[in-house]
Amino acid sequence: MVHPLKEEELKEHFTVTYRPQAKYSYTAGQALSTFLRGLREGKILGRKCPRCGRVYVPPRLYCEDCFYPTSQWVEVKDEGIVMTAVASFISWTRDRLEEPEIVGTIRLFPSSPRDYVYPGLFHRICCSYDDVKSMRIMGKTVRARWKPVEKREGSIEDIECFEVV
Amino acid sequence: MENVGIVGIGWYGFSTNVHDLSFREMMFEAAQRAFYDAGGMNPREQIDAFISCQEDFWEGISISDEFAPDPVGGSMRPTMTVAGDGLQGLAHGFMLINSGVADVVVVESHAKPSDILTFPEIVELAMDPVYVREAKIPNYHFIAGLDATKFMHRTGVTREDLAEVVIKNRASGLKTGRAPHASMLSKEDVLSQEMIVYPLTRVDVARPVDGAIVVVLASETFARKFNDTPIWITGIGFSTDNSNLELAKLGDAFYLRKASELAFGMAKLESPLKVNGMFVDDRYSYKELQHVEALGVNNVAEKLREGYFHEGSYLPVNPKGGHLAKGYPLEASGLSLVLDAVEYMREGVSSAVVASWRGIPTFTGGVAVLQR
Repeated sequence: MVHPLKEEELKEHFTVTYRPQAKYSYTAGQALSTFLRGLREGKILGRKCPRCGRVYVPPRLYCEDCFYPTSQWVEVKDEGIVMTAVASFISWTRDRLEEPEIVGTIRLFPSSPRDYVYPGLFHRICCSYDDVKSMRIMGKTVRARWKPVEKREGSIEDIECFEVV
Repeated sequence: MENVGIVGIGWYGFSTNVHDLSFREMMFEAAQRAFYDAGGMNPREQIDAFISCQEDFWEGISISDEFAPDPVGGSMRPTMTVAGDGLQGLAHGFMLINSGVADVVVVESHAKPSDILTFPEIVELAMDPVYVREAKIPNYHFIAGLDATKFMHRTGVTREDLAEVVIKNRASGLKTGRAPHASMLSKEDVLSQEMIVYPLTRVDVARPVDGAIVVVLASETFARKFNDTPIWITGIGFSTDNSNLELAKLGDAFYLRKASELAFGMAKLESPLKVNGMFVDDRYSYKELQHVEALGVNNVAEKLREGYFHEGSYLPVNPKGGHLAKGYPLEASGLSLVLDAVEYMREGVSSAVVASWRGIPTFTGGVAVLQR
């Protein structure tokens, strides 16, 4: 026996909505815990590979090139060069932003333009949209603007942003 | 077709909370130990491919494969991820070598369940979204309960038999350095526990554990370069039954029957009774007996009562304690059974079978035959 579907039944699509309850508490580990403690004290700490000399910021317990334990803590400067930057007008939740959020990567000192790998951070850059659009910000020397000591909590947010020196 | 051997193995963790190391640092520690075990090999030069077995929701990181290469020496090298149990990863490593694509392959898996704050809700995400989740079943062990009662009804396995599995495995774990849930229990202790889901009490259910395991595989041509006594994988297979609770075979580990047919055929193993030990997933007490049965052993209840599966007897099952003693490290669970089997064989026996399961709510398992 055949029961042909009615036109309106063809338009009916069932969906089930579901909101995941996924919560995590990520273990920072040895290297990043010391890094976060350093930020609270206004220091940017990295790990140095004894074999190739590469300095890891953010720090790692091992050198990925040599597969060897990094064995030395080194403090790098809170100053460096803007390698790239971007201005975003859309937030994570897809809202339009009045003022663009500007972020970039910074090659921290001591390091040289000849270095293929270098200690670096990804962070907000306190500059204008025009600085990004005109690309004037590229290659500029910037320095971390730290939160006041009493407001630091061992987080990457202890640095408010990097601003042009 | 090249034979494939295990030439190195290393682990880290097996604690309910490895609070001082991140999952990447745990992977590095396990990898260092595996490479040391493989004659102090240099992974940056002597390994052709890397395989990591992980699942994004366990990690709490999407596209978590991006985090796989560097902690195991695979930075800028061919690395692939298997979204499944470590034994499935071992099968992929086996295929890479057996097909001639690679000579030396690393298989890694890790688990950090202590990082997951909403563990039951993550398990729920694996269930059918249209109507199983909607049914709002109070806890995910109900599937094990459905499976267990049907298995017990069919085979005559009793609550006392399950208690015997709990006592055997939890006590066996006391001999190893990685069994946080090992203990000496009496039958009264076990039988007087409150039920979670009938017929399973708190001590019948294994708990998740943090851990990382790294295995180094090599072709026969290269194996002895790293290890004088490789352990050969002579057969391996994995299989998935229907993902639907109603259509999958409850009360019988059909997935393992299929996987063992593949693995035993490849290994030309005539009978499972011919191996020296079995390392099977026992994250629920009844699962040990159900899995042993699926490997082709008949009358498991009678054999258990006769002491057949105890250490020193004919066919020791989980002589290192299984998951009931060690806990189950999520997707690394299969590799933790391989690790037990390798250690057991290095003590002097010549063969073992490993049988893994991917846990609730899956009907997926893998089997490996190991020989010296």
